[in-house]
Parts: sequence; C-alpha cells; structure tokens
Amino acid sequence: MGESREQVPALARSAGLARPVALASERVVPVLDTLRPLLPDGGLRRGSVVAVEGSTSLALALLAGASAGGSWCAAVGFPSLGLLAAAELGVVLERFPQVLLPATAGAAGWAWAVAALADAVDVVLARPPAHLAGSHTRRLAARVRERSSVLVTSGGSWPGADVRLSVVGGCWEGVGEGHGRLRTRRVEVVAGGRGAAARGGRVALWLPAPGGGVAPADVVAAPVVAAAR
Amino acid sequence: MGAPRTLALWCPDWPVVAAGNGGGQAGAVGPVAVVDRGVVLACSAAARAAGVERGQRRRQAQARCPHLVVVDHDPGRDARAFEPVVAAVEAFTPTVEIVRPGVCAVPTRGPSRYFGGDEALAAKIAGAAGAIAPGCRTGIAEGRFAAVLAARGGLVVPPGQTAAFLAPLPTTTLEEGTLEEGTLGEGFADLVGLLGRLGVRTLGELAALPPRAVLARFASPGTLAHRLARGLDDRPPAARRPPPDLAVETLLDPPVERAEAVAFAARGLADELTGALAARGLAADRVAIEVETEWGERRCRLWRLEGAGAAALAQRARWQLEAWLTDGGLGPLTRVRLAPDEVRPDRGRQQGFWGGDRMVDDRVAAVLARIQGRWGVEAVVSGVPAGGRGPAEQLRLVPWGGPPVSPESGPGRERPPWPGRVPPPAPATVHPHPVPAEVTDAAGGPVGVSGRGLPTTAPARVSVSGGPWAEVVAWAGPWPLDERWWDPPAHRRRARWQLVTAAGDTHLIALEGGRWWAEALYD
Repeated sequence: MGESREQVPALARSAGLARPVALASERVVPVLDTLRPLLPDGGLRRGSVVAVEGSTSLALALLAGASAGGSWCAAVGFPSLGLLAAAELGVVLERFPQVLLPATAGAAGWAWAVAALADAVDVVLARPPAHLAGSHTRRLAARVRERSSVLVTSGGSWPGADVRLSVVGGCWEGVGEGHGRLRTRRVEVVAGGRGAAARGGRVALWLPAPGGGVAPADVVAAPVVAAAR
Repeated sequence: MGAPRTLALWCPDWPVVAAGNGGGQAGAVGPVAVVDRGVVLACSAAARAAGVERGQRRRQAQARCPHLVVVDHDPGRDARAFEPVVAAVEAFTPTVEIVRPGVCAVPTRGPSRYFGGDEALAAKIAGAAGAIAPGCRTGIAEGRFAAVLAARGGLVVPPGQTAAFLAPLPTTTLEEGTLEEGTLGEGFADLVGLLGRLGVRTLGELAALPPRAVLARFASPGTLAHRLARGLDDRPPAARRPPPDLAVETLLDPPVERAEAVAFAARGLADELTGALAARGLAADRVAIEVETEWGERRCRLWRLEGAGAAALAQRARWQLEAWLTDGGLGPLTRVRLAPDEVRPDRGRQQGFWGGDRMVDDRVAAVLARIQGRWGVEAVVSGVPAGGRGPAEQLRLVPWGGPPVSPESGPGRERPPWPGRVPPPAPATVHPHPVPAEVTDAAGGPVGVSGRGLPTTAPARVSVSGGPWAEVVAWAGPWPLDERWWDPPAHRRRARWQLVTAAGDTHLIALEGGRWWAEALYD
C-alpha cells in the first residue's frame, strides 16, 4: 500500500517519457467544426489570445467545442453572462466556473484572476476592464503563452490579439410585427489578426442555429484580404 | 447574546480530596496541604484552621502547622479521582463538560425540564455526587463561569439575573474563582492585579467598560475577563465525549508575521491531521483553518477538501494564511489550528493512468479555491439548472465547491414544464439587475397590454437605460405572466416582449406595473 503510493510519481514520470512529445491536438484546442474556417489553425491555438467583438454568443460558441471535448473553461468578469445560452450552444456548465469579481478587485484583481486560471484551464473567457494598462495585457499574453492556454476576450478591447473575430450584421428570423418569436440569427463573422490570421476571412453563420448550436450559412463572399494591421 | 443556563458542580479543595483517595495519605481529616513547586495549592479545613493558606511557601506553611502532611501536586491523579463524580453526574445528562478536575458543568435546558426545575435538578445532582465526594456543591446560572461562582455559594441564580449576581463580586474572583489553573495562565493574575490598581474592583465595574477599550488596553485576557464579567461565557459547554478530537494546532512563539513561516508550520499540521484521520479510515470533507493573533483577534474559515490529501490541505492553509497576512492586514500570529469540521470514510481516489482528467480537475479545483480564498466563496459560482420562466431564473448560481445541489431538472431528468417560459434560444447577456427602459408607439404614446393579454398598440421605438431612441423593426409578444398570485408579497404580473431594433440590437423587455425593464440582450 505504502510502496505503491510511492511508485505513483515514478509511474507518472515514465508515462511522461513514454508518450509522444506533442500531439497535434495538444497544440490546438478544438472548436466546433462550423467555426474552424474562422481560425488559422483550425482551432484555438494554445498560447494565443482571441478577441471577439460584437457578440457574446460567438465567444460562448468558441468555448463550446473545447468544453464538449472535456476541457475546462472559465469566465472572469462577466456578471451578466447568459449561462443558459452557453448551455444551449454546447458549453458544459459543470466545467465552466464563473469568477465574479468584487467591486474592489479592480484591473489588478482581474488580471490576477485571469493569470491564475490560465494556469489550470484550457480556455479563459474574460472581459477586459475599461482601463486596462498596457503592462497588464502584455504580461497576461506572456502568461497565456507560457502556460499554453487560450484567452478569449469579449466585451472590451484587447490590442495585439492574435486572432480577432468581429460580428458584422445580424439578422433575426422567426420574428415579425407582433407575431412569431426569435428563432435563429444569421450573422457574418469577419476574421483578422496577426501572423497566419492576417489573411483574414469572412464566414456566414446561423448563430444560434434553428435547433440550437451553430450552423454554417451559405457563403456570400469569398475570403477577402483584411487590412494589414 | 446570553450564555446558556449551566449547572456547575464544585468540589472544594479537590486536590486534597484526590490525594486522600488516591495516595492513601492522611485523608481529609488531618491537616493536609497539596504543594506545587514549593507553593501551597490547596489545603484541608484542618490545615486552614491552623493558618495555612493558598499561595504560601511550603516552609512557611509547615512553620504554622508542624503536623502538616505535605503532598505533591499531581494533575493526573486529580483527574483520575474526579472521573467517578463525573460519571455520577452523567447519570442525569450525557453532556458533561469537565472544566478542570474538581469542577464540571452541564447545560440545564433539557434536564431541568425533565427533573422538575432548576432547584430540583441542582439538589438531585448534589445528592448523587455528594455520595462520592462529600462537601460538593452545585449552582446554576447563565454561563459556566457564573455557574461555578454560584456553586461556591450553592445558589440557583434566577434567569436573567446573572449579570446582577456577578456585579458586586470582586475582580479577584476572576483569578481565584474558577480559572486558577489551565486556560488563562499568568497573564490573568497580572490582569487582576492591574485592574485593582486602576480602581476597577468589582466585576460590575469591569463589565461597564466599553469592550473595544478593554481589548485595546488589556488585549486577549482582558476581553475574556470582560466577557466573563458580563455574564457571557468564553465558550459554550461542549459534549464530554465528542467525536474523536483530531484538531491539530501549533503555537508560534515568538509570534510570526511572515506568511512563508506560518505556511511552513501549517504544512506540518496538515500532515499530522491527515495522518490522524487516515489512521481512523477517515478523510476530511471540510476543515476549519483558525488563527489567533498576538492581539487576541481570531479568524476562522472553513475549507472544503472533499477528501483531498495532505498536500491539498497544506496548500489551502498556505493560501488562506497568505490572504490573511498580506491582504487582510492581520497582525502577527500566535496560533494556527486545523480542525476537521466534517469527515467521511475514506474511499480513496483513483487517478488516470496517464495523469488524466483527475489531475486536471485537481489543478482547476486548486486554482478556484485560491480565488475563493482571496475574495470569498461567492466569488466563484457555477450555474445549476433550476425551475423558472425568465432567463435568469432557469439557472441558479451556486458557490463553486459547495455541497452538491440536486438539480430540479437536468439532463438525467425530464425537464418539468414551465408554461410561459421564455422560448429558446436564450439570450447571451442577462442583466444581473433589470435595466430601466422606455418603449413608445409610432406617435410617441404609451404601449400597454390589455386585460386579454394583447398589445394596445405596436411598439415602435425603444430606449434602454436612458440611451438614444432606436427604431423597432420587429417584435414578438407580449407573453403575459401572472406569477405567485397565491403569495401577495411575491406576486408579480409581467408581460415579456422581444424587440429587434434597426441597429440589430435585440432585447428581452418586460412591462411591469406600467414600467419597462430590459432583462436581457440577444447579442
């Protein structure tokens, strides 16, 4: 009993030596198939920062693939996050803790919480506070890179994000002048960013799709070259 | 907050009685003195008549009474001799707390009612115990301290009169009355002397001082004395046989201010505690981490462990101590204590062979616990399915790591119907508190809901939170709700609408009592 307990660390070490150095799946956190065209690596590359603008739903949808695959995700600084929508999009709530910052925490407390979570979970969804110092963003980006997690920001600006996804134009269907109800929304997502993401892209999606989740809509425009940043 | 009514049993000169029982010496008849480190601790009535007093030097006592039989003090002997007396009291009530050998206390609430009142209970217990320890007395008052003082006079203090009973007693009773050995130590004797020099001579005068001033001037012993003088107890009587007391603690002398040093001590404690639990086949579900500062300030926080091991406990202790010492502004610590609050049988834990999910879960749990240590348990929450109609009601936010909540509806169960539920898809942004809004028709007039649940006119423009007016291009609803009509204070009548503006913003808006509230945003 005692001996076997002592052997556990040794076993874990040999397991680390025996397995492949870096699997492809370990460099990229998977996303829903529908969202793959938006991302240069076909998923959320570990160590990168993804800035989502204009839609909380899209940010939640980005987490859905990872969460369904068994990864842990966490949200920081979203007192108004619609968890029901997250669940409908495919985020597993048992692995999706919310950090509600007290009013006194400030930008430093926010950065501390994000850095702490980046150590443990695969994807951190965070809303940057209004006045975030450049030093905080640089330090957090370095931390995320070092810890091989992914930071998804939404509802605030993040200069220097690796991938930038903006929702332009949303059109709800199913609702009319006093009849029906909201059923599905067609959005167009414009991708941009740095490095491989700089070539950009434009994808039309049903977000949410009629039965829940995300579905591809007919592509209206071929990938366009985004303005160089 | 008053202390619970307590009965105290007091056996005078217990060390002398115990010496007579156990040592086979002269018994209680002749002059006997029990001496501890050359000083008389207790003496028999015959010795007292000959001029022997507590606190005398041994040689001085022998000079006054040449026939004096001197017995060395042995606390173990006192305790052993007291056991039959406690057993006699235990025949009346199972919750007996031994204050010290010679004095025990029981809460009287239940037994008094059963045996026909405080006086009857006091007489019965005195009779039963007196058969074993002649001369013992009982007294009843609020709180153990007052009860012991009442027992000296064999009194039953009427309910609510404890403070009045204590007020005329001199402050020296603090020292020589109940607490001569054990908990308080030498600081208390110094305190009584100091109080006398400052002109505070009775317990009533001490009780009249403001508590904060007493704490500031006399630190921890002063606060304790002040509590006792006011008729509050230092601690409630506890059961005599608690579940195995496995709490571990360490005293830090000199007091330690650096978190690392305290954490080092806590690590040892964690190993000790988990070892003691494991020896009984237990694992801690919840552990109380308690500290006491040099200034008598105490902090305690409960940590849920869910059976995790010594390393996890040591980590939590370190984070908690760091949080207190660096952010909490707590002074130098004199004591660290880990007490298992809830235990469960240890069923062991299985880790994935390749260091799988289990380890990730542990790491996440550790980080979340750290965040909770900094900002409180409410800082990390998770959503649990719950019943309700609105987007905020269908999921309940519960603190992370709390006891598992049985979901009212979940994937495993059939979701109960909630007629009038806001239909899916759910909004991605739900305002924690509804935001005031305004809605008008095309002419700028009010929009309402008729008695039959139909809109009076079509909404045409909307402004949320005093923002600019936006044109409504599509809308759905109203869905009238009449909730909790059976409970007048909680009764709500609302009508929900979905409004899509020209700019693409889509709101979930409720009309209640003639006012509009934006509840959520489909973004």
